[in-house]
Amino acid sequence: MKAARALVLLFALLLAPAASAVEPDEMLKDLVLESRARELSRHLRCLVCQNQSIDDSAAPLARDLRVLVRERLVAGDSDDKVLGFLTQRYGSFVLLKPPVKPATYLLWFGPFAVLILGGLGLWWIVRKRPKLAAPAPLSADEQKRLQAMLTGDRKR
Amino acid sequence: MTDQPARAALFRGRSLFPVLAIAIFAVIVVFFAVGLTKDSRKLPSALLDQPAPGFDLPPLTSALPGLKTVDLQGRVSLVNVWASWCGPCRVEHPLLMRLARDGRAEVVGINWKDKKDDAENFLKELGNPYARIGFDASGRVGIDWGVYGVPETYVIDREGRIRYKVVGPIMPDELKDSILPLIESLKK
Repeated sequence: MKAARALVLLFALLLAPAASAVEPDEMLKDLVLESRARELSRHLRCLVCQNQSIDDSAAPLARDLRVLVRERLVAGDSDDKVLGFLTQRYGSFVLLKPPVKPATYLLWFGPFAVLILGGLGLWWIVRKRPKLAAPAPLSADEQKRLQAMLTGDRKR
Repeated sequence: MTDQPARAALFRGRSLFPVLAIAIFAVIVVFFAVGLTKDSRKLPSALLDQPAPGFDLPPLTSALPGLKTVDLQGRVSLVNVWASWCGPCRVEHPLLMRLARDGRAEVVGINWKDKKDDAENFLKELGNPYARIGFDASGRVGIDWGVYGVPETYVIDREGRIRYKVVGPIMPDELKDSILPLIESLKK
C-alpha cells in the first residue's frame, strides 16, 4: 500500500509541468489563448540563450517575444502565422524543431542514410567473410586427459 | 581460428573498402573543420537582401532627428543598434566615430531598450557618431529587424535593402575586409 502511494506520488511529480519563466502579468485572461501561447512558446528558441525556449528563459528578449506572441494571438493570428511572423525576422533558427525543407534534408534524413549505409556495409562484410572451420573433435588421447581432469585424477 | 591466407583474402581485392573509409573520414573532418570554427552564437540575418522593415522611431534627443524607413533610401547607410548599458558598444564606439567622419556611409543609430538619460550621457561622454537616432524603448522595432542582442550593425544599400549584418562589436578587420569594400561597391 505504501509502495503504491509512493509510486502514485512519483508519477504525479513526473507529470507536473516544468517551471516556466512566464510571469503572471504576461498571462492572458483568455485561457484558450494562453494555453496556445504557452504551447507556441515552448517551440520558440530564445535567441539570447539559444538552447532554451522562450517559455523557459528569463532573458529580457524572451519576455518581449512571449508578450509579442500573445499580442499576435489576441489580434487573431493562427499559430502558423505567429511562427511565420517570427521566422521572417529571425529565420528558421528561432524554431526549436527545424522544419523539413531541402536545406534540412541532411539533418532529418542523414541519420537514416548512415544507418542504411552502415547496415549494408556490415551485411557486405559478413557475407564476404570466410566461414569459420568447425572445431575438430578431440583425439582419443585428449579425450582421456579430459576424463582424467574431470574425475580429479590428474597425472603428473 | 581463421587461417592467415583466408584473412588476407578478406581484405585483398577490396580496394574500395579503405578508399571508402578514408572518404567518409575526410567528410567528417570537413564538417568539423567548418562547424567547430564557426561562432554558433552569431546568427545570419533572415532579412539579408530584403528591404529594411517598415518603422518610424521618435528621436532620442531634440537635437537629432528620429529614424524611419524612408531615411534609409537614396544613400548607403550603416544602421547601428546600441544601448548605453551595453559594454561591447563602447568597444566599437571609436570605430563608429571614425566611420562618421569618413563619410562614405551615413551612420545612423537605433537606441534599443534603453533609458533616455543614460543614452544621452553615453553620447555626451563618448561623442555622437550618429546623424539620426531612433529611440526604441520597447525594443519592438529591434525585433522587426531581427535584433537579438546589442550591438548589431546593418549595411543598407541605396534602395533601402539590408545587405550585411554584423553581430557584436564591429572589429577593425571586418570593417577593412568586408564592410568598407561592400560600401564602396554599393556606392557605384
